[in-house]
Amino acid sequence: MKADRTLLILGIVLLAVVGAGPLLPQWALFLATIAIAKGLVALGLLLQLRAGLVSFGQALYYCLGAYTAGSLGRFFDIGDMLLQMLAGALVAAFIAFVLGFLLARYRGIFFGLLSLALSMILYGLLVKSQALGSTDGINILPSTLFGIRPNQESVRHVVLVAGCAVAFLATLLVNRYLDTPLGQLAAAIKDNEIRVEYMGASVREAIHAKYVIAAALSGIGGALAATTVGHIDPDMAYWTTSGEFIFITILAGTRSVIAPFLGAAIFGIIHTVAYDISPNTWQMTLGIALLMVIVFLPDGLWSLFGRRRAA
Amino acid sequence: MEQILAVIVDGIIYSSWLFVAAIGLTLIYGVMKIVNITHGSFYALGAYAAASFTGAWLARGYPPMLSYVVLLASAVVITLAFAPLIERGILRFMYARDEVVILLITYALFLILEDVIKLIWGVDPYFIAEPYGLLGSFEFGELSYPTYNLILVGIAIVSGAGLTLLLRGTRTGKLLRTVIHDPELSRAMGINVDRYYLVTFTFGSMLAAVGGAFTAPTVSVVPGIGVEIVVLSFAVIVIGGMGSLPGAALGAVIVGLVRSAAIHYAPAVELFVIYFVMALVLVVRPRGLFSLAEPRKI
Repeated sequence: MKADRTLLILGIVLLAVVGAGPLLPQWALFLATIAIAKGLVALGLLLQLRAGLVSFGQALYYCLGAYTAGSLGRFFDIGDMLLQMLAGALVAAFIAFVLGFLLARYRGIFFGLLSLALSMILYGLLVKSQALGSTDGINILPSTLFGIRPNQESVRHVVLVAGCAVAFLATLLVNRYLDTPLGQLAAAIKDNEIRVEYMGASVREAIHAKYVIAAALSGIGGALAATTVGHIDPDMAYWTTSGEFIFITILAGTRSVIAPFLGAAIFGIIHTVAYDISPNTWQMTLGIALLMVIVFLPDGLWSLFGRRRAA
Repeated sequence: MEQILAVIVDGIIYSSWLFVAAIGLTLIYGVMKIVNITHGSFYALGAYAAASFTGAWLARGYPPMLSYVVLLASAVVITLAFAPLIERGILRFMYARDEVVILLITYALFLILEDVIKLIWGVDPYFIAEPYGLLGSFEFGELSYPTYNLILVGIAIVSGAGLTLLLRGTRTGKLLRTVIHDPELSRAMGINVDRYYLVTFTFGSMLAAVGGAFTAPTVSVVPGIGVEIVVLSFAVIVIGGMGSLPGAALGAVIVGLVRSAAIHYAPAVELFVIYFVMALVLVVRPRGLFSLAEPRKI
């Protein structure tokens, strides 16, 4: 029943976005696509957060996805957005699979700090790598889809639709995964790991799996952001980027797989509006919003919907 | 040989800077178990306050030799203006929450303070180079270094040694160690734990501000100056073991020497090595090089 509703809401949103696309101004399309890209990363954080893990280095995989997309264009002349997202997911997932053997042993603050260190390592490497443009970053090839290059007016809409479709698929899969026994272990792990082990499940393997899935989602998000913005730079791996993702995840809460996308949209809106009204205080607005949510809505904005439904 | 000497001297100077920046962070974590991102904000506040107070001091034509006292004083004043407010006003209500939640709160405060700084000082850069050149330079082998750098080394030694003596040798230090060990029992024994938290937070933040204030003459003070220091300080205290003073010193020396060696021999890996060492330590000894065994709590 719950899964059906998620599917329904997502489907409606997807159709609405695809349908309304041509009517929306370019900047709104841009904002929506970026929200989806960041929402995907936040969805990955949600998976980990449900098991009680907070990664302060999720930007590692976001940046990996983006640079994979960038390298495809730079070295292989491939600009297809679906290929970019697929490659971003695969590269991120592979690296996460390797690093996961390490990270799955860590909890709490140490999990966060090690993931922070790893993302800063990537930042340190990218800043000094001439082949990938060092601090300036590199430009992404103009987006194409199935070998066709959309014209200037429709390209944003095409990217948005492709991004929506991929995000829709990914979210459905994550939703399915959360309903499987392996997915449902998350709450148990957060509660009491020893009990989980006694029941015969491996906490380490469960966390490893979540870590890889989260990385793949972030890789897709990074590639999508890259093709949307058209330019990438090492700041995508910096700790402030990871902070942004945590912000989005906490803002929306972890109760539903849709929440991260809502959070990313709200983040984008706060950012844009606050920046427009007063360019020097948009961070303050974000900070105050985060503080309010932590204090008054510990389960995030999504809990507002939950309460209404329960009443 | 020449180059090895240069690596060591540069490394020591850089280590001192790192140590001053990070020691407050480790103190706050050690006592309050707060992973405090606002540390970077206090570093920035210190730098900005130093830039405007010292700038005004010098512009009025007061004795330039006293500008070092002004640097220190501005760090103290600006911390007293913000740190108690943050601890009493917000953080103390959160101590019961999870470590990670408190971290997020300090992140939110960090975002807010970033813009508070912009509101007070604007977005244009500040320069106060005079204290940097005032002391001339000293020769080391065939290399010449600004004498100003020795001040940072001095501050690092004084603050490290001072804090260690305070913790080990005084009544206050003993009580503070009790608070670290078991805040609840300390409270029951009549120790004013709240006051210790307030003082620790203020003092730890003040050390960050002092670090910022004495860095201000060597750089241009711009928005975002505190962003990098947060993650560098984390690297330092993670390497040594969070909450350990000798650990912070060791971490600072390791990061300082590794980075200065990288700059001299392999500039391409300058940033990378710092975090590589951090990751390596986390992998081998997650609680840091100076950590003690901790009983497992179920």
